[in-house]
Parts: sequence; structure tokens; C-alpha cells
Amino acid sequence: MFASMLLGRLNWHVLPTNPITIGGGVGMIFALLLILAAITYFKKWKWLWREWLTTQDPKKIGVMYIVVAAVMLLRGLSDALMLRAQQATDSKLIDPSLFQQVFSAHGTIMIFFAAMGLMFGIINLVLPLQLGARDVAFPFLNATSFWLFFAGMVLVNMSLVIGDFSAAGWLAYPPLSELQYSPTSGVDYWIWALEISGVGSMLSGINFLVTIIKMRAPGMKMMKMPMFAWATFGSMLLVAFAFPILTVTLTLLALDRTLGMHFFTGGHGGNAMMYVNLIWAWGHPEVYILVLPAFGVFSEVVATFSRKRLFGYTTMVWALMCIVLLSFTVWLHHFFTMGAGSDVNAFFGIMTAIIAVPTGVKIFNWLFTMYRGRIHFASPMLWFLGFVVLFTIGGVAGVLMSVPAIDYQVHNSLFLVAHFHMMIVGGVLFGYFAGLTYWFPKIFGFRLHEGLGKIAFWCWTVGFVVAFTPLYILGLMGATRRLDHYDKSLGWQPLFIVAGIGLFIVILGILAQVLQVVISIWQRNERRDLTGDPWNGRTLEWSIPSPAPFYNFTKTPVVTERDQFWANKQAGKTRHEYEDIVLPKNSGLSVAIAFCAFLVGFGMIWYMWWLAILGVVGVIVSLIVRGMNDEPEYIITAKEVEKHANAAKRKLKEYAV
Amino acid sequence: MSKATTLDLHHIEAEATEKTTFGFWVYLMTDCVLFATLFATYAVLHHNTFGGPSGTELFKLPYVLVETFALLVSSFTMGLAMLALQRNAKDQVLFWLGLTFALGALFLGLEVSEFHNMISDGNSWRRSGFLSSYFTLVGTHGLHITIGLIWMAILGTFTWAKGLTHTVRKRLTLLSLFWHFLDVIWIFIFTIVYLYGSLGI
Repeated sequence: MFASMLLGRLNWHVLPTNPITIGGGVGMIFALLLILAAITYFKKWKWLWREWLTTQDPKKIGVMYIVVAAVMLLRGLSDALMLRAQQATDSKLIDPSLFQQVFSAHGTIMIFFAAMGLMFGIINLVLPLQLGARDVAFPFLNATSFWLFFAGMVLVNMSLVIGDFSAAGWLAYPPLSELQYSPTSGVDYWIWALEISGVGSMLSGINFLVTIIKMRAPGMKMMKMPMFAWATFGSMLLVAFAFPILTVTLTLLALDRTLGMHFFTGGHGGNAMMYVNLIWAWGHPEVYILVLPAFGVFSEVVATFSRKRLFGYTTMVWALMCIVLLSFTVWLHHFFTMGAGSDVNAFFGIMTAIIAVPTGVKIFNWLFTMYRGRIHFASPMLWFLGFVVLFTIGGVAGVLMSVPAIDYQVHNSLFLVAHFHMMIVGGVLFGYFAGLTYWFPKIFGFRLHEGLGKIAFWCWTVGFVVAFTPLYILGLMGATRRLDHYDKSLGWQPLFIVAGIGLFIVILGILAQVLQVVISIWQRNERRDLTGDPWNGRTLEWSIPSPAPFYNFTKTPVVTERDQFWANKQAGKTRHEYEDIVLPKNSGLSVAIAFCAFLVGFGMIWYMWWLAILGVVGVIVSLIVRGMNDEPEYIITAKEVEKHANAAKRKLKEYAV
Repeated sequence: MSKATTLDLHHIEAEATEKTTFGFWVYLMTDCVLFATLFATYAVLHHNTFGGPSGTELFKLPYVLVETFALLVSSFTMGLAMLALQRNAKDQVLFWLGLTFALGALFLGLEVSEFHNMISDGNSWRRSGFLSSYFTLVGTHGLHITIGLIWMAILGTFTWAKGLTHTVRKRLTLLSLFWHFLDVIWIFIFTIVYLYGSLGI
């Protein structure tokens, strides 16, 4: 009795028994112990706490987002590797129930913890700099968002060791995800990991919206903002409107599972299709949430490396805003086969075809930006060119599927899988790779190795085409997704082998990227960015030295032009002025709040109600402690800023010698 | 911020207040989407009684009217607290805040008792899709009211201990926005859930 109150449904039997899961879990724990031991051995705990864990500097928070996202990208990749290995060899490598967990984990991790992490990371790194601001609107909230994201990530990975993960796909459709059919803790892990990180995302959305509206440098009207800031604005509008829907949907599923409610159950007046509608009312905007900032990155990259201003700025902005609006009017195309009737399907089919128009406008604007430009084929530009090709092909496949009659044929097939991977890898991931290469020197003060970057690009692009073209073909022939094997008599095995080879080439690309980072850090002193403007950039972030100092600008810049820094360079203007600066103090409370949120999640998953209540109380107490702090900020005077700036300059001169 | 500086601290504080207030508005809009989603689920499920009672049988309008008046009057007294804040009258702020708290607690008590009666009659959220969506929609509003009351108690203590400092003023403004917002949501619940429900629409 007491034990079940204390531990809920947690017991020894929830530990993994499958050799693959045990291997993964042991590997993860071992890596974790190794890192902890290294930190202790090098006596870095204090440094870690002071410089990173409690920081409120958006540049550092951005770096932490990207580190987590990169690790999650590798985790999601290893899931993909297992799926492809199984299908290419047609073996009994993974048993069916594990196979389901693996593809559910792959989708969940890639979208929520790899793609979202990269997106928020890059926004944190770049947005305040581009706006000429010192920080985001609410620094404490920003750190809290990151730590909530982190807590969700820990929960997802914990499911590898304690209990199991959801086997209901990345969107956990009921009735499969209801307690009756998924009685283990798997779906609960899925729910609470996304609930916690989703609240973090929503708070980030609010934060960046206010940052863009209220914190632009003097003179920077909305129509003078860099395009990346505009794209972020569009994306964050979608976050603010879509993520509350996700929060509610997950909560309702949790209420069904833990309190025995009947929102989506088969009996008692529940409605399972309502779940599918709700989750896609969030899910379709989510796709645009991920891709709009990537569009923003490409807009910056293509202008910089064509040495021309962006073509059609105004139409670009309008296209963005059209996409924001239209993205809420297409969700039903994810389930034309629901049987809503021809009128409803026709409406959503037409809206889906229409949303391709503003996207097309953007593609043409980028191409016209290149037209008659002096194109420099640096690696960010290569990612852009690869994106144009892949994204357009994938997009055309999408327009094809917007026709409900065709969708009935390819619904739930590998054709669809090929389509959305082309959009998310070719669009989102390539965009963030371009952005990371492009802004890396600004954050770390040295450039990435170009040669390895180019090799990575070619491996990714070629590998991607080899991996997913067979899936288009298989899908057209009727291969249903999410199956662990297909009958031999179909004769599809060669195509799955080709897809497996494609993934292998992609992995070579990832190895090149890992090597690129390692070698670049090794050779960092030869690769220093001495000017602060390594690519001959156009926007404000390039007007300050690299790495960007913690206060961003010695004096808040004044803006009169769209590409202010380019205009300054043309006019030969440079400024050395200093002013007093207000900055947020570090705070450990963000970590505390996220830890308590983690306790809530863990308690709810395992029915340890006391732990969940303890977590809620912990969050409230942390907020009260935060509220009692009347001086969350400090001032550095103009003199100190000047001293710091001069010291940084001296250091750069040493590197030059 | 004790260091000697050329910064205009009043200007910085005013800017911070404006920024925070705007941010809080954006948050309220996201909360609006949250309630809109719950209203949508209620609209889809409110006829799915699965042989259980419908709204017509369950809702007692006079009772709900008392609840409604308690909450509406609490919104009014919150407004009076804000007027007192403008006059810098700390004691009056505390008085009206206390009255608001009492009325809010009355509303919450009435709601909990209503829920309790339904559940002890065997009509809990497990009974039907309709009751699941009813308890979730109205309960989420009640949860917001609870958070509002906790916030009010803490902020009241801060006001009493620290006086009407810049930070306290800013937070009182946010709290009043939150409280009025919950009032608006309740109007929708009263109309869509209770009035329509009693009519059997």
C-alpha cells in the first residue's frame, strides 16, 4: 500500500529487457557518467554553473539549444538507422513492438528536440543582434523556456531506461494512444515531454514577439527589419496561436488516460477524430513554424553571397504574412480520408494549393536576388542552392497531394514520408545548417572549415536524394508507412536497399560535420575572424567584433536604411562610442523551475501523485523567490564597456600577429 | 542599481512596464486560444451524453447566477483597487484587493460545491463525453481563478510589506488584466454552457 503510494506504478519490471534498448540505455548512461566525471576531474562545476547554467545571455542560451539539438539529431539519426537497417535487410533485427517505439521516437525527437532546438537556438543567437538590441524582452523567461525544453528532452530519453516509449506514432492518434490500447507509460512519456517543452516554446514565442515589436533599434521601422527578423516574427505569431492548441490537446489526452475522461475514447460519447483535427490544427502551423525562420536564414545568405540587396523585400514580407494566415486553413489535408465529404475536402484541397503560391513567390525572389549578382559559392550558399532544388521538388509533390482524389491513393504511404522529409530536411535542416555556418564566426570568433563544410553538403544532398527517391516510387506502388517488413513477393527489397545506401551517404555527411567542428576548434587561432565581418555582410550583427561581446553593442545603433551595415560600409562610417548598459543578472531559478516541471512530468507518468504535487509547489515557490528579487539587473558603465572593448581589440591584434 | 550612472532610470522603468504589460497582453491572447480550443471541444461533445444527464437536467440557473454575480462584482472591486493605485492610496488598494479576494474565493467555493454535488450524484467526468468536456472547460477557468487568488494573496502581502513600489505597481496592473480577462471568459461560459445548456440547445 505504502510502496504503491510512494512509487506509483514504478517497479523493477519497467527496466528494459530488449538487448537493443539495453544497449542504448547503457550507452547513454555511460556517456552521461563520462561527461560528469570529466567536469568533476577538470573542476569545471563552478564555471559551468556561473557561465552557462544560470546565464541569461541569449547568445549562450542559443549555444545550449544548439548543443542539445545536435545531440538529439544524432539520437534521431540512430533511430532512423535502425528503421532503415531493418527494412533494407528484411531481418528480424528489431521486434515489431520496438519498431513502433523507434519510429515514434524518431519523429518526436526530430521535430520537437532537434528541429525546434536548432530554430530557437539560431533565433536566440541572431535576433537581438539583428535588431540592434542587447537582449530579448524577458531574459529570465527566455532561460526558463530553454530549461523547460531541456526537461522535456530528459523525459524523452529517460523512457529508454525506465519504462518504454510511445508506440503510437509521433502524433499518438487515439484510440491507439488511449489507456485501453496503450496501457504502459510510453504514451504518458510522450505527453508530458511535449507538454513541458511545449509550454517552453509558447513562452519563447511570446518573448520573441515582444522583442521584435518593442526592442528594435531607434529608426528601425518594421519594414526596415532584416528578413530573418521578419521570418521569425511570422514564425512566432504561429507559435503564439498554435501552441496553446497543442497544450490543450495533450492535456485532454492525459485526462482521458489518467482521470478516465471521454474526449477521444471509443465509447461514452468520445470522438477520436476530434483529436486528429485538434492535433493538426497545431501540427500544420508547426511545419511553418519550423520552416519560416529557415526561409529567413536563406534570405540573409542569398543576399550576402550575391552581394546584392534582397530582391522584392515587400513581396517577401507579404508572402510571409500570407503563409502565416493560410497555414491555419489547411490542416484537414492531413486526413482527407476521414470522409468529411467532397465540399470540405475541396475547400481544404484548394487552400493547400493556394498556400504554395506565396512560397513560390519567395523562391522566385531568391532566384532574382542571385540574378546578375556576384555569387560566392561559400558553403552557406551551397546549402541554399541544395535547398532550392530539394524544396521545390518536395513542394511540387505536396501540391500533387493537395488534390483529394490523388491523396486517397498515396495517403499514409511512403510517398508522403518522402514528401515531408524533403520539406523538413531540405527546407528546415539545410536552412539551419546554412545559418549555423554563416553565424558561427559571430558567436565563437572563428570560422568553420570550408572544405569539410562543402563535403558535408554534397554527402547530405546526394545521400538524401538516394535515400528518398526510392520512397516516392515505393509509395506510388502502394507501400504503406510504418511497417517493419514488406512481403518478399512484392519485389521491393532492392529499393529499400538503395534507400539504406542513401542513409549511409548522409551519415558520411554528418561525420564530415563532426570532423568540421573538431578541426575548426583545433585550428581556431588560424581561423580567427579579425574584422567581425567575415562574409562582407549587410546587417547590424556584422558591425560588431567577433565573438560578439556579452553586451552586444557598445552604443545602441541608429538605423536609417534596410541593410544598415552595408550602407555604413559604403559611406565609410565606423563608430566608437560607449554608453552605460543595463544587463540581467544570472539566475539559477530557471533551472529550478524546469527541474520542478520535470518532477511534475515524472510524477504524472508513474502515478506518483505526491511527486507531481511537490513539483507544482516547487514551481510556485521558485516564482515567489523570483518575485522577491527587486534588482534582477545590473549596470556596467560606459568606462567599463570601453575597457572591455579595448581589451578584446588587443586580443584580436595578438591573433593577427 | 546603486552605481552612479548617466542612465535615466525612470525612463528605463517606464519602458520595462510598457514591455511587460504588452507581453502580458500577448500571453492573454494565447490563453484566449487555449479557452477557444476548450470551447470547441465542448461544442463538439455537448450532445454526447451517452445516456447520462444533459445540461438541461444538471444546471441550476439561479445558483450559477449567484456565482456569476460574485465574479462580476469582484471584477468591479478590482477596478476600484486599480483606481486607488492611481491615487497612491496603499490602504485602499489593500482593502479593495481583500474584497476582490473574498468574492473570488466565494465564486470558487460555489463552483467546487457545484462540482461536488454533481459527482456525488454519480455524474462525474467519467460519465460521458459531454461531462468530460464540461468539467474540463469550467474546471480550467476555475483553475485560472485559483492561480489568480494565489497570486493575489502573494502580491497583497508584497504590497503590504513593501508599499506601492515600481515593481508592485507593475504587477498589480498585470493581475487586474488577468482578473478582468477571466471575467470575460466566464461571460462566455455562462452564456454558452449554462444558458444554452438550460435551453437544451
